[in-house]
Amino acid sequence: MLTSKSFVKKTKRGSVIKVVREHYLRDDIWCGSEVCDICLQEAPVLERHPQIDSDLCDFPHYVLPDTNVLLHQIDILEDNIIKNVILLQTVQQEAKHRSLPVHKRMRDIIANTDKKFYVFTNEHHKETYSERKPGESPNDYSDRLIRQAAKWYKDHLERARKQGSKVTDGDDESGVSVVLLTNDMANRDKAREDGMLAYTVHEYVKSLIAKPELIDRLAQITSAENERKKRDSDISSDGGRKVLFPEHMSATQLQSAVKNGTVKQGTFHASSENFREGHVSIHGEEQMIFIKGLANQNRAVNGDIVAIVILPKHQWTCPSSVVAVDKADKEEEGEKDFEEGENSDSSRPANSQPTGKVVGIVKRNWRPYCGVLQPSNNMEGTRHLFMAAEKKIPKIRIETRQAASLQGQRIIVSIDSWPRNSRYPMGHFVRLLGEIGDRDTENEVLLLEHDVPHLPFSESVLSFLPKMPWGITEEDVKVREDLRHLDICSVDPPGCTDIDDALHCRELDNGNLEVGVHIADVTHFIRPGNALDDEAFNRGTTVYLVDKRIDMVPELLSSNLCSLRGNEERFAFTCIWEVTHKAEIVSTRFTKSIICSRAAFTYEEAQLRIDDKSMNDNVTLGLRGLNRLAKILKQKRLDNGALVLASPEIRFSMDSETHDPIEVQQKEMRETNSMVEEFMLLANISVAKKIHEEFPQCATLRRHPTPSPSSYEPVIKAALAKGVELEVDSGHALAQSLDKAVIPDEPFFNNLLRMMTTRCMTQALYFSSGTLPFEDFFHYGLAAPIYTHFTSPIRRYSDILVHRALAVAIHADQSYPSLLDKQNVQTMCNHMNIRHRMAQYAGRASVALHTQIFLKDKILDEEGFIIFVRKNAVQVFIPKYGFEGTLFLRGPDKDKDGLFKYNEEECTQSAGNVTLRGFDKVRVQISAETSNIQHQKLRMKLVEPKVSGFSVDPQPAEPTREVESQPPPTKKQRRGGP
Amino acid sequence: MAGIELLSDQGFRVDGRRPHELRKIQCRMGVFRQADGSAYIEQGNTRALATVYGPHEASGGRVRAQHDRVTINCQYSMATFSTGERKKRPMGDRKSQEMSQNLQRTFEAAIMTQLYPRSQIDIYVQVLQADGGNYCACVNAATLAIIDAGIPMRDYVCACSAGFVSDTPLVDISYLEESLGGPDMIVALLPKSEQIALFQLNSRLHADHLSKVLDMATKGCKDIHTVLDGAVRDHVSEVTDSMARS
Ligand SMILES: [Zn+2]
Repeated sequence: MLTSKSFVKKTKRGSVIKVVREHYLRDDIWCGSEVCDICLQEAPVLERHPQIDSDLCDFPHYVLPDTNVLLHQIDILEDNIIKNVILLQTVQQEAKHRSLPVHKRMRDIIANTDKKFYVFTNEHHKETYSERKPGESPNDYSDRLIRQAAKWYKDHLERARKQGSKVTDGDDESGVSVVLLTNDMANRDKAREDGMLAYTVHEYVKSLIAKPELIDRLAQITSAENERKKRDSDISSDGGRKVLFPEHMSATQLQSAVKNGTVKQGTFHASSENFREGHVSIHGEEQMIFIKGLANQNRAVNGDIVAIVILPKHQWTCPSSVVAVDKADKEEEGEKDFEEGENSDSSRPANSQPTGKVVGIVKRNWRPYCGVLQPSNNMEGTRHLFMAAEKKIPKIRIETRQAASLQGQRIIVSIDSWPRNSRYPMGHFVRLLGEIGDRDTENEVLLLEHDVPHLPFSESVLSFLPKMPWGITEEDVKVREDLRHLDICSVDPPGCTDIDDALHCRELDNGNLEVGVHIADVTHFIRPGNALDDEAFNRGTTVYLVDKRIDMVPELLSSNLCSLRGNEERFAFTCIWEVTHKAEIVSTRFTKSIICSRAAFTYEEAQLRIDDKSMNDNVTLGLRGLNRLAKILKQKRLDNGALVLASPEIRFSMDSETHDPIEVQQKEMRETNSMVEEFMLLANISVAKKIHEEFPQCATLRRHPTPSPSSYEPVIKAALAKGVELEVDSGHALAQSLDKAVIPDEPFFNNLLRMMTTRCMTQALYFSSGTLPFEDFFHYGLAAPIYTHFTSPIRRYSDILVHRALAVAIHADQSYPSLLDKQNVQTMCNHMNIRHRMAQYAGRASVALHTQIFLKDKILDEEGFIIFVRKNAVQVFIPKYGFEGTLFLRGPDKDKDGLFKYNEEECTQSAGNVTLRGFDKVRVQISAETSNIQHQKLRMKLVEPKVSGFSVDPQPAEPTREVESQPPPTKKQRRGGP
Repeated sequence: MAGIELLSDQGFRVDGRRPHELRKIQCRMGVFRQADGSAYIEQGNTRALATVYGPHEASGGRVRAQHDRVTINCQYSMATFSTGERKKRPMGDRKSQEMSQNLQRTFEAAIMTQLYPRSQIDIYVQVLQADGGNYCACVNAATLAIIDAGIPMRDYVCACSAGFVSDTPLVDISYLEESLGGPDMIVALLPKSEQIALFQLNSRLHADHLSKVLDMATKGCKDIHTVLDGAVRDHVSEVTDSMARS
């Protein structure tokens, strides 16, 4: 029953110590099979009659994969056809150690009861554990453990069958076999010597009659390994193919080289313009190291953590400023091209930068990529090249038999390996997304490209949802403040289903007012550390696309139990202030509560109630009080120097049937919008103070760094050209000068100016309070010394952390270790910052996509404003659609070159008597560019001012169409501040 | 939350135990002839030795003697070789002093102190190998040593630790489980009366979970009691056998 594991371990201080750990072996770990009567298991997972049509194993069998199969062929294991799989705990642990994403996917599969995956704790089973032999490599050891477990299963199921047939007195049961799947031929052969059934994944998957297309999803790993072995034996011949890349340093070599400083470690950023160039950013160093040439890149893919050596100074060079696209259609061409490109320039330019070459890969950062198959003449062949949508990713070689049917489709491909003799990385086809240009397909592409987790919630996540029907119990009433008597209501955009805030306001006997902000109590349902919490954290935020919402938490919570709907009893986290009529705060308190919102208003409905003098019910009176206080609060904020910043908020009217956008409109702002916003800001600030007080080291806060005056330069210059002076010395001065900057003839000018000012600033960020001095907590845009996000826990994970911290602060809930760990909170903040930025980009990309669809087959003349003047183009913003495009002044038509002269000093472009400046109004003709299937763009042509030989004639006026439209899902953006 | 998973999805701990299972206990009484009582215990890889002297006349004369009960003097120490890295001071550091005081309090609650006024009992415990639950092993060893010395006690004192990982209480936690954070509860119990002689909790645990973890620790103490009681009975019958034979 007992054995002990001892091993030698190095401590941080560098001394070597011996660690002895106990290791218990048990006889009560069951096999998990329905066939077995020997084991005393309650709910066996593996089926009695496992069915899978394989012409290699045409008998009932369970599959037992080894670690590499799990790591590299998870796409196969995820397929519905693969069921009844025995997962060894040692395999699972090693996989976890080597790839967390795979581990996570595996856990999701295990939680899915349809998949029938059984985890066998072989390390603690007394018959399947064995000690590592002296001199045995970790790999050989783990392979041996796997074979031993497979052998045990074979014998055990055999025993179970005999016993079973004794009981039933017949031999109708043919028994179930176990098939070991491995990537490694040697392991397979050893297993066969021991009398087991063992195949490589490739053999097995090829034998699956029911799903021949599964072969395409096999990772190209075995062939790579074989090739490597071949190469090791004879480097020069190498299967007739040339070695193109230098060898990578091994992990141990790297470790020591990094330590003694001969190589540096950094992230590789491929250039999006020239596939031969890239940079490496070294952690903690400002200067990027330039990498030129494919051999020097040495198979680094964008985002990989690489080890580089800096070349001697006389080899330094600089980016070529040439746009180069890898045009090779076939691999052979690519190889030829490879050599040509390498030798192209040898002269050393004057403005050279530190240049280096990649000598090793510390960590790959590969992910599945979206893209298309490169068209080729030989559609019947199986080898094809794949082009990723992201320009920074090299082409990927895949093998598929479906090439013909994949033409014109968007697909996903994963990289498996990049051997030295291959010009391109090798990958495998993962799945088909759909037709290029199709709305759903393109939506998915933009989600994938922005790394937005958008798959349906897994079973393990859903298992942590409250069981329905859900109701408030007496227990709940005991620990919560009952606020059901208060006349609370919510105010949101029309069609909003995730209502996370509600408000109330009433007169107190002492003449003061009581104001309450009630926020959905999401953390009551999402407990720290479970699968639901992990998933919400990973998503980080709800993502709003033009026609779709990707929830952070499952719908049952986001749109039901946590949504503060009208006339339904809900849990809330409440912030209550006593304020004077001059909006001075007398006291603040927080409590977990039960509320019953009287009504869920839209902004418009609330506005109507406030304005309708005949209505005098409690809810309306409350709204009026709130509105009045909000105006005072807002004024105070503005007086402090808070900025009112504009961003183009637009919405599409959608065709109810095709879901194509038919019209674009700017969003309207009402008084009630800013009323709700004011109180959300107030709540956020109050909570920020409270949690910072309680957790000076580990409170999740949000800061907005003060921009340096120089960052405003472009907008100051452009405004000056219009006769407007901007003062940027302080937020207060800026706010005032923005208010004054009005040009009567151009009502949009002020908006535009605010928009451009916003762009000069950096984004607001989450951070852990212990990582920065208090002065740096400042939120510049809101002119608040301290700020956080508390008011939208349904759609932001930051708010969940804040809720948990606040609940601990008021003793309403318990803390847990990771909430109190400053470093951990900061790590979570970094993750949330990335997710928020990506969500924003995805939202913008979605607007761009819909604009594209909207403009399909249309040519429109629209009014626009120049927002930036560049060397070869001007950036034009179209207020009507809220998007901007590039109007190229120099382009593919060489005859137009030289027409415009660029004045760098004044930031103008002029041709003849026409000068284009920032903020100038222009008319442009816009249409969708369709020549490039991979990257569709807008095309802009100048209509006015007229420049002979350049501008185009205006379009004839088009009769407007009337089409019935439906509102798209609303976006609750900007609520609660930037 | 990377690193070692203390409790697998299949419900096994790192060393292969289930949450409610104790480590293997082995013990021997009467290991030293010179001492009035002595015992050696192994709880997993944690090993502790206890020796008891007394009751004897209080040392330091009248000053330290108490007129109505016996003075209990405890000394807790860890052998320099007990941990992976060699310890610099085997005793006298803050941690050891605290442990000594805890032991003293625990046994003042259990020993029938009023029987020996103006006397003193010395209890020396030493951790020979540390792998979590050091204090508990010491208490258990001391209990056996006191029984070996024939000093009357109200009841056995059994001590057991408990932790709390992914919403599950774990009994008798090892060094690895102790060191990866989370709460660490130590309970010393008089099993028959279920009186708690000592209760200690390191790091925060929410009140909601307190009873769960406490129940687990209490059950651990009772399981340990069964084992210790068995050992005492074996020892006694061995001794009587050998006496009968001689
Ligand atoms: Zn069985």
